Amino acid sequence: MSSGTHHHEVDNSLAGKVRHNTQVHAQRCYQCGKCSAGCPLSADMDYPPSLVLRMLQTGDPVLEDKILRSYTIWVCLSCEMCIQRCPMEVDIPVMMDYLRQESIRQKKVNPKAKNIVSFHKSFLDSIKYTGRLFEFGLVVDYKMRSWKMFQDITLMPGMISRGKLHFIPERIKGIKNISNIFTKVSKEDKK
Amino acid sequence: MKIGLYPGCSLNGSARDYNESVFALAKAFDIEFEQVPDWNCCGATAAHNMNKELSLALPARILAAAEKHGLADVVVPCAACYSRLAVTQHELLHDPVLRNRVSEIIGMEFKGTTNIMNVIQFVDKFIVDKLEPKIKKKFNYNVACYYGCLMVRPAKILKYDRPEDPQSMDEAMRKIGATALDWGYKVECCGAGLSVSKTDMVSKLSGKIIEDATYRGAEAIIVACPMCHSNLDMRRGDINKFWNNKFTIPVIYLTQAIGLAIGLTAKEVGLKRHFVAVNLPKKEVESA
Repeated sequence: MSSGTHHHEVDNSLAGKVRHNTQVHAQRCYQCGKCSAGCPLSADMDYPPSLVLRMLQTGDPVLEDKILRSYTIWVCLSCEMCIQRCPMEVDIPVMMDYLRQESIRQKKVNPKAKNIVSFHKSFLDSIKYTGRLFEFGLVVDYKMRSWKMFQDITLMPGMISRGKLHFIPERIKGIKNISNIFTKVSKEDKK
Repeated sequence: MKIGLYPGCSLNGSARDYNESVFALAKAFDIEFEQVPDWNCCGATAAHNMNKELSLALPARILAAAEKHGLADVVVPCAACYSRLAVTQHELLHDPVLRNRVSEIIGMEFKGTTNIMNVIQFVDKFIVDKLEPKIKKKFNYNVACYYGCLMVRPAKILKYDRPEDPQSMDEAMRKIGATALDWGYKVECCGAGLSVSKTDMVSKLSGKIIEDATYRGAEAIIVACPMCHSNLDMRRGDINKFWNNKFTIPVIYLTQAIGLAIGLTAKEVGLKRHFVAVNLPKKEVESA
């Protein structure tokens, strides 16, 4: 378990990794619970945000494993309500971003969250190939990945008649620049 | 007058109505937009959920292009894009190591000099003062101004409006004759990026917003974000099914409401493209 004071040895706990990579310090949390009270989706999470922080504080590998396998980290909308209200300024949304990425790296993504990850992947692919989000392509690609063929089909005629759906992607001129960006960004964090 | 504009992907597609109203309003006030040249997607939720460097590099490329093109003010009508651009600029200005790394990734210099404006700030700075003589038909309705998350939070970075009970949109609506109501869901989340992958959660969250606005007697919900709009408007069928209700309150962009007040037609401001019909009752207007 890491202490709140400065120390030089490498902290290999999940809280230590979070702190190293994001400067978010879980030990600062004193469990007031404002984050969980304000979170619009705590009721849908397996662990509310303040409990995730408590689990991190223990440094218990069993609990750390539960965090990375949790549904919580994927349900979090990054609405920023928790950080807005946190008296200790623990940046939970930034921490959640790191936990999601770590959960993918360790192949621990919660089965209920697979659709969310598929959607994000389809979204990023669209940007990678055209530079912009191609909404129709995104939905089709996501349907292929998630096997949710019929969901949202009913919205399509309405979108088309209102001129809200384009069928041809716009490719930006600097698309090479975009693919370079996708190649250059590091896939692994430092630790 | 020329001002920079970053439309973002949704304004080119599903938020075409919003785009039309922003352009129609600008035209009525002799403002010409200059788009950030060859702009790319900001990366939105997907990028920051999946890859930190990518989530900074995509907005940084947009900002660097704006700088290179000499655009001092850049209006960002989508609240999600606005948040990504503002947070990226903040992070890169406060971390020189990260700034160099991101500059290297995008192959462009990033200085962080752009004045990034959301649509409410745009209205405040360029339109509100010139509004009064142009008003043809007061927008005298009870409205619930809905800000959502990303225009006000985190306040420490955005330094924009009060994070719990913002007033800027309420102020602008009062200028065109509306009564802005106090209500409980001004800054609650609509469900945002889970719209496609977890529709039930969006129905739950957006339904609460619509229910409270309706219960308070609002005749319209006023928004300034295409994601909020698509969740509250396009998803209304799902929401009504989820809540077993028949909410009919329309969802109108701030720019559409102002457009109507200065005499633009429903078609000109894109109202015909909504899923929830906008049938505002005709009201007696006292002569000014």
